Amino acid sequence: MYFESLAAAWHMDGHGGYVWMAYALTTMAVVLMVWLPLARFRRHLRWVSAHQLRQAGDSQL
Amino acid sequence: MRGMWAFIHKLGSPPWFFGFSGTLVRWLLPVTVLLLAVGAYWGLLVAPPDFRQGNSYRIIYIHVPAAVVALAGYYVMAIAGAISLIWRIKMADVAMRAAAPVGAVLTAVALVTGAIWGKPTWGAWWVWDARITSMLILLFLYLGVVALFEAYENKTAAAKACAVLTLVGTVNIPIIYKSVDWWYSLHQPASLKFTGESAIDASMLYPLLVMIGAFYLLFAMSMLLNMRAELLWQHRNAHWLRQRLDVS
Repeated sequence: MYFESLAAAWHMDGHGGYVWMAYALTTMAVVLMVWLPLARFRRHLRWVSAHQLRQAGDSQL
Repeated sequence: MRGMWAFIHKLGSPPWFFGFSGTLVRWLLPVTVLLLAVGAYWGLLVAPPDFRQGNSYRIIYIHVPAAVVALAGYYVMAIAGAISLIWRIKMADVAMRAAAPVGAVLTAVALVTGAIWGKPTWGAWWVWDARITSMLILLFLYLGVVALFEAYENKTAAAKACAVLTLVGTVNIPIIYKSVDWWYSLHQPASLKFTGESAIDASMLYPLLVMIGAFYLLFAMSMLLNMRAELLWQHRNAHWLRQRLDVS
């Protein structure tokens, strides 16, 4: 590690605020890039299984 | 050669692609997370500071990968758009539209991290510089493809319009690349070069390469996840899909 302590890594000679803010925002963007399509996939999956159940119910009538 | 054509042919088949992409994503997810973690740790805490910019330069490890992949992603979207226009392959439409939101997020990341880097380095969050303005246009092109598709009732016409917009927007890509050379610009010229020596020391270069690799994988994974969600919806009534999902 380049920094001598965690406090020094946090402060980064006055640039810490900029650097950590950039990384925090990017982390949020990365999580969204994976989570949003996965959530959409699961939503469609729920529709498909609900529809399948409805069809199964209809055929029994 | 024959094997490659057979593979390309299979890519156009939704049932095959759905299975293949599912396996691929399961591998891509852990590898991408690992590379992102290693690259971020290396760049943030291990690499030495820049002799002129100090520690603020550490933003390069997310700024440059996001920008590089946002540009490469536009090529992916444009090629898919061209295939969709010429050969009317539906899977190409799906690929084109799946690339757009991912490219938009990456372009936004490049712009926002660039603004945060600009403040301590140039003294301003934003300047109307050639490189930055052309990247902003890239963001609007990506968002334009997303919005244009939603605006049409007829989805075949929508895909066609999006493909045309995508191809017209390709003009912007070489402008972005060359903007730092063509105009007097605040933005520094490229640190990485395909030919000749890079203007960056190995201790700073390796974590950057790791992060660029990680962002490429991230793009691929997010695009595949988008494609899978879209295929699931388009083929929700198809027999193969119900069999595959085994929801009964």
